[in-house]
Amino acid sequence: MINTKNILETIKMVDKYNFDIRTITMGISLLDCADTNGEKSRIKIYDKITKLSEHFVEIAEKTEKEFGIPIINKRISVTPISIIAGSSSDTDYVKYAEVLDKAGDTAGVNFIGGFSALVQKGFTKGDRILINSIPQALASTNKVCSSVNLATTKSGINMDAVKLMGKIIKETAYLTRENDSIGCAKLVVFANAVEDNPFMAGAFHGAGESETCLSVGVSGPGVVKNALEKIKGEDFETVCETIKRTAFKITRAGEVIAKEISKRMNVPFGIMDLSLAPTPEIGDSVARILEEIGLESCGAHGTTAALALLNDAVKKGGIMASSNVGGLSGAFIPVSEDEGMISAVNNGSINIEKLEAMTCVCSVGLDMIAIPGDTPDSTISAIIADECAIGVINQKSTAVRLIPVYGKSVGETAEFGGLLGRAPLMAVSKFSSEDFINRGGRIPAPIHSFKN
Amino acid sequence: MKAILTIIGKDKVGIISTISTLLANRNVNILDINQTVMKEYFTMIMLVDLDKLDTEFSNLQDELVKKGQEILMDIKIQREDIFDKMYEI
Repeated sequence: MINTKNILETIKMVDKYNFDIRTITMGISLLDCADTNGEKSRIKIYDKITKLSEHFVEIAEKTEKEFGIPIINKRISVTPISIIAGSSSDTDYVKYAEVLDKAGDTAGVNFIGGFSALVQKGFTKGDRILINSIPQALASTNKVCSSVNLATTKSGINMDAVKLMGKIIKETAYLTRENDSIGCAKLVVFANAVEDNPFMAGAFHGAGESETCLSVGVSGPGVVKNALEKIKGEDFETVCETIKRTAFKITRAGEVIAKEISKRMNVPFGIMDLSLAPTPEIGDSVARILEEIGLESCGAHGTTAALALLNDAVKKGGIMASSNVGGLSGAFIPVSEDEGMISAVNNGSINIEKLEAMTCVCSVGLDMIAIPGDTPDSTISAIIADECAIGVINQKSTAVRLIPVYGKSVGETAEFGGLLGRAPLMAVSKFSSEDFINRGGRIPAPIHSFKN
Repeated sequence: MKAILTIIGKDKVGIISTISTLLANRNVNILDINQTVMKEYFTMIMLVDLDKLDTEFSNLQDELVKKGQEILMDIKIQREDIFDKMYEI
């Protein structure tokens, strides 16, 4: 039977409101690629990734055409390289990043994630070498994304790692200074990182995952905003109900396409990540949804509450639509990748402190924020520590992806291009956190009772 | 496999005949047609059966899009199951 209204609505969602599947990410375990000889290990890594992903992009493109819903990014995530490379006697892992880059090129994907280490409680030899290799690895590759987990609710915050990452982020910014420190856009630090996140820069294939799997990140901020435009002035129950219904539809669309690709590739279906992910394009902004809920400009008082209800309603609608929900699942609030957020920075309605408050109620954290290039390492570490504390205490994922743009200061803009967008530099506190960061050690895991 | 074909654009003579000829040449069976004209805008939705399609889905899609450009209509073909999944609990 033909239901004209539903069919035309779906077509409009894609054509007018930028509905798309943001990413389909193929997770590949590299646990069997470890070798005492680094060269041999890298050959195994390249062979395994390219063999398993041989038809990935081709099948994904064929399927998206059949369903008429675009899949914007095809990506690969792998086991954290610190675990694999740690078996070798190498003292520098840049070559591992280069082999991932090459494998990503062969597969035809646009990013490959997993140049990662999990150090919430302490460093292994491999973790330390990997982290020290990050700046050069990101400077000498195009597609490789790197992530480091610094804290979990169960282990506390590794403050030695927090301190180290402040320095690593600055070094990465310096080595990619010719391109507005773009290396930092491919590096994220986490508290409570999830093992099945399909979104970059933080995607890696966790050690508890299967040999391979396909996970999907759906999107559609434009679709949600359009649905809200039709209910102007109505109460919050109506707002939540409208968001839930929209999230249901977009999740279902993502799931049916992902399951078809997984069947065709004979790779198990992983998870659906329900995150609303913006792009710099007009009409694809999370900030504009918050404004549609009733705020003059994103960052005004009420923004945190609006974001909380948006995030919760998206999850409720999405969970009803799919039994395979995982990953980060929430709303992303990156600055450079969101047209409404960029405009909010430019008109002075949002600052880093408000963004930090917003991260308490949505997925991820301080994301794609450009800050002055002369920000001290310890200030970057302290921002990371604050974000880790929010994640650890509230038992949620939080992340930091800051770009200290070399040679630029507040008032200037960093241009990254493409999906990474452009970011007006934001001010950070001028007061020092040096002594706080220099203490080192670990902030213990929090108590799980007496919650106030 | 069933698919939904949508044709949207300014109304003119011969739209259905052009498209149904193309489909017949490719061995595509039309199961249902729904058509409306609002003001001068024409919207037609067809449910078609592709089980006996004599070419790849993507070839049929390309041919339809090309034909659409010739007759100045926007033509899309999508698998039917996407609509069922999105709108049914």
